[in-house]
Amino acid sequence: MEGLVPLFRMEGVSKRYGGVRALQNADLEVKAGRVHAILGENGAGKSTLIKVMSGVVAPDEGRMRLDGREVNFPNPAAANAAGIVCIFQELSLVPDLSVADNIVASNPPGRFGLIDRRAQRRIAEAALARAGGQDIHPLALVKDLPLSRRQMIEIARALTRTPRLLILDEATSALAAADVTRVFDVLKRLKVEGIALLYISHRMHEIAELADDCSVFRNGRRIATYQAGTKSDNEVVEMMIGREYSHAFPPKQAAAATTAPPVLEVRNLSWTPRLNHISFGVRAGEVVGLGGLDGQGQRELLLALFGVLRGIGGQILIDGKPVSIASPRAAKAKSLGMALIPEDRKTEGLMLQMSVRDNLSFATLSELAHAGIIDRDAEHDAVAEMIALLGIRTDGVLAPAGSLSGGNQQKLVIAKWLMRKPRIILLNDPTRGIDVGTKQEFYQLLRKLADAGTAIVLYSTDYDELIGCCDTVLVLYDGTVKRSLRGAEITEHALISLALNIDTTAGAAPRPAAAGA
Amino acid sequence: MKDWRFHLAEQRGTLMALAIFVAMFALYVANHPAGFTANVVQTAANKGVLLALVAMAQTLVVLTSGIDLSVGMIFILCNCVASYVVSGSAVATALGITAVIAVGALCGAINAAIVIFGRLQPIVTTIATGAVYFGTALWIRPFPGSSAEFNSVLADALTGKIFDLVPASIVVLLGVVVLVWLPFQGSVLGRAVYAVGSSEQAAYMSGMPIRRAKFAAYVLGGMLAASGGLFLTFFTYSGEASVANGNTYTLYSIAAVVLGGVSLFGGRGSAIGAIFGALAFRAIGDLLFVFNVDPLWQPLFQGLVLLVAVSIGSARLFQVRNRLELFG
Repeated sequence: MEGLVPLFRMEGVSKRYGGVRALQNADLEVKAGRVHAILGENGAGKSTLIKVMSGVVAPDEGRMRLDGREVNFPNPAAANAAGIVCIFQELSLVPDLSVADNIVASNPPGRFGLIDRRAQRRIAEAALARAGGQDIHPLALVKDLPLSRRQMIEIARALTRTPRLLILDEATSALAAADVTRVFDVLKRLKVEGIALLYISHRMHEIAELADDCSVFRNGRRIATYQAGTKSDNEVVEMMIGREYSHAFPPKQAAAATTAPPVLEVRNLSWTPRLNHISFGVRAGEVVGLGGLDGQGQRELLLALFGVLRGIGGQILIDGKPVSIASPRAAKAKSLGMALIPEDRKTEGLMLQMSVRDNLSFATLSELAHAGIIDRDAEHDAVAEMIALLGIRTDGVLAPAGSLSGGNQQKLVIAKWLMRKPRIILLNDPTRGIDVGTKQEFYQLLRKLADAGTAIVLYSTDYDELIGCCDTVLVLYDGTVKRSLRGAEITEHALISLALNIDTTAGAAPRPAAAGA
Repeated sequence: MKDWRFHLAEQRGTLMALAIFVAMFALYVANHPAGFTANVVQTAANKGVLLALVAMAQTLVVLTSGIDLSVGMIFILCNCVASYVVSGSAVATALGITAVIAVGALCGAINAAIVIFGRLQPIVTTIATGAVYFGTALWIRPFPGSSAEFNSVLADALTGKIFDLVPASIVVLLGVVVLVWLPFQGSVLGRAVYAVGSSEQAAYMSGMPIRRAKFAAYVLGGMLAASGGLFLTFFTYSGEASVANGNTYTLYSIAAVVLGGVSLFGGRGSAIGAIFGALAFRAIGDLLFVFNVDPLWQPLFQGLVLLVAVSIGSARLFQVRNRLELFG
């Protein structure tokens, strides 16, 4: 039973950034004890909505009410104090502080401004246990932990702040399936305790499992609110993107020439202890997926191929010839023709303050220059071609890369490497935190590149993507290839059971088919 | 992993600085004609403590990922102020010392206000304010000298030996560490200083008091530099607005901080490491004297040893197997 007054209510909120209207007259009601999902493409205003609610940005106009009383949040701390706690997509942990330091950051235990380290340790351990992250050591430095662990810490930290309204912005995007299950159990418990949850995710099956109410945003406005389960996935996606939702994945090339010799071949690749005796080949026109739980060596494998890791054992062959790749610079050279789309576009992919043009031409500068001087005309043409090819939405080529939406930033990273016309493309979870529309464009592009003869290695944490895009999937477990699945063998059932290192024939129940399938 | 390994990793920079100091100091006393005597230790301690206090001041600002190029000038200004006000009766002297520390705090507060509210970069701000502080020092003390009633009893006590054995200046430094640094490091503000230096954005999003933390770092830094200035006065019985001295201390404080394992990117390190860095740097500088080499070689030699010492600290980079970690 909910009270008549919703826990949180927003009326007529607008926010502009320069000429862009991020929110237009937006309204929203969130009730206690319910999970309210927010859906929308990137750039639909979801991030701004959350930032306004949690005191990160001030709205230009409009009002917010908590328990019917009008509230204003000058900073995130004020919102926290009022019981609105947000887990941001852009992780907000301090890298050089320990896990425990971070968990108690906003309100450390102690007296007279001195921190009680033992109490802090207790709080941190309790919070980690509550969030299901018992495996994380409270004294470890955050910067030494992988993304998925950091996200668990974020969740643990939010729980210590006794939230009344908990906002999760893509909070599970870096988590492996097992972690998601644990987090969901926590969220369901919080809901029963009467906490309101605002849940933002691009994973439709997560929303289907968790949400009670859903609101769809488009172009900074709330388009619709409905009870979960009353609309089909297709209807929802149509509301989000405002156009017909066709097949999510383009058809695979039926005969990816299986007899041709591989362009890229790996024999017994090892990087102890993270990679052990990995062997596989990728032919021209083939998309090879890397599956398995997060952190089983997929990232290291891609980095090893791209010359980032030192002390690699085994052999890498390109066009049948053994090569030694000493650095990314060597890997991208014309003779090898490799490109790596990195995981973290903000730090490894783009220079956010620099312009779209500069970012696009970074990987190609030596080809665009004569005697060390950049040919501005050639650069301009190449950049314009890429912007058109990938449909990058930008305020001109001189706009800073940081001003683009997440999906367009990711396109930028891809375009930067496509400019080199690579023969081998390595992708590290390229669709993390990207909206449905951009994802679809990305799948089309991937298939187009493969059809044009590019050899592709794709690591994805999204099983649907592996099923839909890949000709072969290698499931990694603890640094070894557990099994190589081909064609019709690539099913959700097989991927999950192999990822968890369960024998397929023993039969773990398959998950319900996910969105758009 | 066991807890102690995390604690050890946290202190690695400090322990490295301690090791370098012990090695250099052992080399120094072993070759000193007088050997390991209380007098040799006292002289070394007095010179070392001056730099150690200034290096602690620098550490606080560096931890916020800033840099304080005015720290040597605050030191000089406070030396000049102290040469006037640390005089007369016990009460008058105590008031004078308070005033000197207050001047240091004010200088730090001015730096902080410009950096925080004016949003200027620390390096630019402190170049400018450093010149202002030095100008002020020159204005109040155009010629070296001191007040007629300068409290030389206190000066002798604080630069002398306790029980004819332990240098008093080292005891004072220890007091500063125990009463000022350790509580600060364990405080909410202290942690916020580290957080701001590590990632200001994340600290803000975590609802940490980032402005207060930066302000505290600069003000406390100013006060520590002022303590250094006081000690310089106790040493020399006078104040002198020496631009060379100010600049030297500023640059040496940065060297000491680096040697002490404090990251110039902010967020990592300890003032205790910086103290050992300062003592080690002083020992390195004095090495040539005990080897009877022409003092003209001192800067060159000191620079080379500094380079080698800092390289040892980064030797682990050769073991990095993922090249991306080279840039972290």
